Amino acid sequence: MLPVQNQVAVNVRDLVKQFGDFTALRNVSLAIKDNEFFTLLGPSGCGKTTLLRTIAGFEHQDEGEILLFGDSIAGLPANQRPVNTVFQNYALFPHMSVLENVMFGLEMLGSSKAEARPLAHEMLELVRLGEFAHRKPAQLSGGQAQRVALARALAPKPKVLLLDEPLSALDLKLRKAMQLELKALQRETGITFIFVTHDQEEALTMSDRIAVMSAGEIQQLGSPKDIYEHPDNVFVAGFIGETNLLPVSVDEITNGHAHCHLGGGHKVICSAVEGVAVGNDVHISVRPERLRMSAQPSDQQSLPGTVVETVYVGSDVQSYVQLNEGPLLTIRTQNSALGKQAIFALGTQTYVTMETGAARLLQD
Amino acid sequence: MEHSKGAAGAVTDTYAKERVWLLMPTWLMLSILVVIPVLIMLVYSFLTKEFRGGVIWEFTFAAYDQFFFDRGLFGDEPVKIEWTYISIYWRSIWQAGLATVLSLLLGFPTAYYIATRPQNSRAVWVFLITIPYWVNLLIRTVSMKFLLRENGPLNDFLLMIEVIDEPLRLINTALAVQLGLFYSYLPFMVLPIYASIERYNFTLSEAASDLYATKFATLTRVILPSIKPGVIAGCILVFVPSLGAFLAPDLLGGAKNFMIGSLIEEQFKGSAGNWPFGAAASMILLSMVLILLMVFSRQQKKAQPQGGQ
Repeated sequence: MLPVQNQVAVNVRDLVKQFGDFTALRNVSLAIKDNEFFTLLGPSGCGKTTLLRTIAGFEHQDEGEILLFGDSIAGLPANQRPVNTVFQNYALFPHMSVLENVMFGLEMLGSSKAEARPLAHEMLELVRLGEFAHRKPAQLSGGQAQRVALARALAPKPKVLLLDEPLSALDLKLRKAMQLELKALQRETGITFIFVTHDQEEALTMSDRIAVMSAGEIQQLGSPKDIYEHPDNVFVAGFIGETNLLPVSVDEITNGHAHCHLGGGHKVICSAVEGVAVGNDVHISVRPERLRMSAQPSDQQSLPGTVVETVYVGSDVQSYVQLNEGPLLTIRTQNSALGKQAIFALGTQTYVTMETGAARLLQD
Repeated sequence: MEHSKGAAGAVTDTYAKERVWLLMPTWLMLSILVVIPVLIMLVYSFLTKEFRGGVIWEFTFAAYDQFFFDRGLFGDEPVKIEWTYISIYWRSIWQAGLATVLSLLLGFPTAYYIATRPQNSRAVWVFLITIPYWVNLLIRTVSMKFLLRENGPLNDFLLMIEVIDEPLRLINTALAVQLGLFYSYLPFMVLPIYASIERYNFTLSEAASDLYATKFATLTRVILPSIKPGVIAGCILVFVPSLGAFLAPDLLGGAKNFMIGSLIEEQFKGSAGNWPFGAAASMILLSMVLILLMVFSRQQKKAQPQGGQ
């Protein structure tokens, strides 16, 4: 069977949700494609969980609508929506065995125990917990409980799986392993995953597309590469990965290039973007790994400064360079590329060069 | 009802010596307040009665014999089962059971309502529930009697709204006793259930509804099993004191609605009493309650071999 490419699984239109005076969602619209690993990313309080809970049916929107494969689900209570949720703290039923937990959804859909049992076993095999079927949730480790929660949510074969920060309670190593496992599970089952997280690295690792949210609005929607390399605004650039956010004034725009200057008069050239005009005070974002240091200026764009701190972070060395009368820059250099150069010693005069296209002009 | 789990039991006993001393006050209290009184009762139930109250120190089964068997007025007729006391016990169990079921039916929704209020108004609700219980039980039961009597406020009200044509006879009926028991012990149902529901993780209800459970299925398959310890505690706390109650049956029930509590009370009151018989009746009641609780907890263990949290 050929999957219908780009069919829209969940279509959210102009969703508004208020809690008293607090607006959790402000006119949120987005289309999540079938068979997609979609991530809602943002800091706490940005509305990502509210959006997920509204899709699940635990909250009801004040305005707007949600279409599931083209049908409005506004009037359906949670227990009639063909979507399932993996909860942040798993919410496994403590009085039921692992197997009974996984069978629960199937039974509620009308399957007899005899019908549900083999399906539940199958799901437990899928998450590699076959031998734990008869344990109680209290006897599982965090990672195991997590996988039971997944099996339980996948067993009724939902059209969309909602995951509410499911990895946040796990330790780092387990989290990394589960990220890959989740991604593989999504590919195997072909079910649309909507994943909520505040961890940008997690979002970049797992997602097909990411919606970055802040203050109840979607700031940017795109592939991980889009969002990391071409952030639209200051919030996205600052939230995703580490970056140097530098205030600049635009002096001139020619041939699609914006000539700007930093504090201290340092000149920077970057691609012009819509909505930024000559004379504007805006920001540019430059990723630390796209800055180079050298003892001599390598081109006209090189910026003179002084090394004020050097930090060893395993695979990389992170240097902080104070530009002459300008801002402080963070620079990341791979250890292997370093050799025995002395230019990183504290107090060294150095020149910082941006890679071509590294500086990105942002709307505020 | 809490059983230490395997893991807790396996903890090495580093503090064994300290533990003995720290538990001393508990053991002392339990011996003085529970073990010794029960032993005295047990001994007295096997003694011979003295006619003006008190006992003669002669061993006999007479009290138990009198409870279960009818040997005629002079003890020379063929032995028959004595139904008088057994039927009093039966009526008591029935009344106490009904009071338990009624308090559960009213207490559960009440507790659920309170537990789902915002944090700071819960304390107010709990306070309101307990206020009537600051008044002595005797006073409350007498008030109930005034409330229910033929020209009392309840009948007046029912007559006024023309639900009835003539006053209902409520006093000295099993219904009045039931009302009295139910009213006396309702908070003992509400409070433990409230405590369990307050600890209940409501995400579990969301998870159930997410997995297509109806509201009813969520209640019976997820909420009730999760708060079962509270429900059981509430049932025991209502059933046991209702079984031995004597104020409500005495004041509201009259002679026809005699219950165990009144029977035992009579045996120790004034000079008409029969101490060994009262002691025997108490021991029978105690054994009955213990057997009931043991059967119950055994079933609990069978249903939940892990004692899962």
